[in-house]
Parts: sequence; structure tokens; C-alpha cells
Amino acid sequence: MRLPCPICGERDRREFYYQGAATLAHRPSPDAGGEAWNDYVHLRDNPAGETRDLWFHEAGCGAWLVVTRDTVTHEIKGAELLERANAD
Amino acid sequence: MAELLAKSPCDGLLPRTHGKVSLSEVVITDLYSVAPMKGQGAAVDAALQAAHGIGFPAPNRVTGSGDLRCIWSGRDQALFFGGEPDLTPDLAAVTDQSDAWVMVRLEGARAEEVLARLVPVDLRSSTFAEGHCARTLLQHMTVSISRVGPEAFEILAFRSMAATLVHDLDTALQMVAAR
Repeated sequence: MRLPCPICGERDRREFYYQGAATLAHRPSPDAGGEAWNDYVHLRDNPAGETRDLWFHEAGCGAWLVVTRDTVTHEIKGAELLERANAD
Repeated sequence: MAELLAKSPCDGLLPRTHGKVSLSEVVITDLYSVAPMKGQGAAVDAALQAAHGIGFPAPNRVTGSGDLRCIWSGRDQALFFGGEPDLTPDLAAVTDQSDAWVMVRLEGARAEEVLARLVPVDLRSSTFAEGHCARTLLQHMTVSISRVGPEAFEILAFRSMAATLVHDLDTALQMVAAR
């Protein structure tokens, strides 16, 4: 499995650390309430199809990436820098 | 005051040769990390050009060569060889790392084959030419690899991992030589 790092190019999975769903990057405000925080900490979608995950290019450039992949076909559809993904 | 003896990271470990590939230490005298401040990338590039004649490298690239060069080492970060870089604190964070790294040189006709056993990046000359570098893994260790010649690579790793680096490379050297 390879991930297309926007900085380094296509790299082996071994260079990356998997963090989890990309929603982790959208932390609620401290006073958002119990429900929002419960959702943020515990609840995840489990899609059959496209999913967005956070990966850290640990052994490469050190960038956080949002990787879009398909859980059914295992196709990697793309990766973008976290700050760019959040700016959209 | 006592005269202290400096010991290089690979003291007593290198050089070694197996078959057509040799592994030797490149002793680092001066090494500084350069991390441009936010939005100062172009200014740092210009300042390095003006003071040292080499620019700040693009990702996966090296500027300069030999004792005066700058190796890209991560996002907005590079390793500068050739004395303390002439940069003001508002431009970049500059840190003396001369004693923090070990550098080895792998040279020979089958050097690519040795690295192919250890590194998950295609380092053949068709995709990885002179002046290219990569932050990647060598076995389980994070390293920086740059090509310095048609059959020569230089590998940077953390000094504390010097013995492991030599062990991993030496094992692969012997396996390639045995084939």
C-alpha cells in the first residue's frame, strides 16, 4: 500500500502513522457541551465506500495528511495536507 | 584544561567492504538545522544564496555539494553543512546539530541493491538522481539518504543509532555480496 504524500510523492505505508478518522481534526470548543464531545471522542462513521483518514508522514516530511480511500475497493483516491483540507 | 579526545560516531566500526560495495564514515564537522520562520522561506533562500552561494533546497533535493551543501530534511527544514549559516533569528531557527548525526557513505556498483533491501523508496538513478535526497526508513530507522554519485549514496541517521545503522547496512552488504 502506498500513499501519495503531496510533499514527498508516492511513499510506502511503513513511513506513515495512522491516526484515525479525519473528523479528529475538528475538535469541538471546550463549552460545546457533552453531546458534541461524546460524538467527537467516541462516535465514528463506518462507511462502506469513501472514507477520510488522518495519516502522519512520520518517517518522511512530517506532514499530517487527510487521505481519501475506499473501504470496499481499497483504492487510495488522494491525499492532501491537513491545513489545506481544513481550509476548504 | 584537559585535552579531550573527539570520537566519531562510527569509531571502530568502519570502514568495511563486502564484494563491490564499501561502507565508510563521513565525519561531520559542522552541521546546522535551518527552519525558516513562517512565511520567510523565500527570504531564507535569498539570504543563503547571498551569504553562501547555495539556496534553500526544495523538498527531496540537495543544494550545493561536498563540504558546502544544504539537504532538505522535512517540512520547512533543512540541514546545512559548511559552518554556521549566516541567518538572522527573525528569518530562521538555526540549531547546531554537529554532534547529533552520523553520516556514512555507501559506494560501489551494487550500492543500489544493498539499499533496495532496506529502504522502501526507489533509489535507482532513473528516479533518484544526483542532487536528490529522501527522508525515509532504513529498516526501522528514520534516515536521510542522498545520492552523491552514480554509484554512491550518503546516509544520515541519529548519532545514537550509529551502531544499528552500521549493523543493518553491513548485514545487507554481506547478503548482496553472497549472491
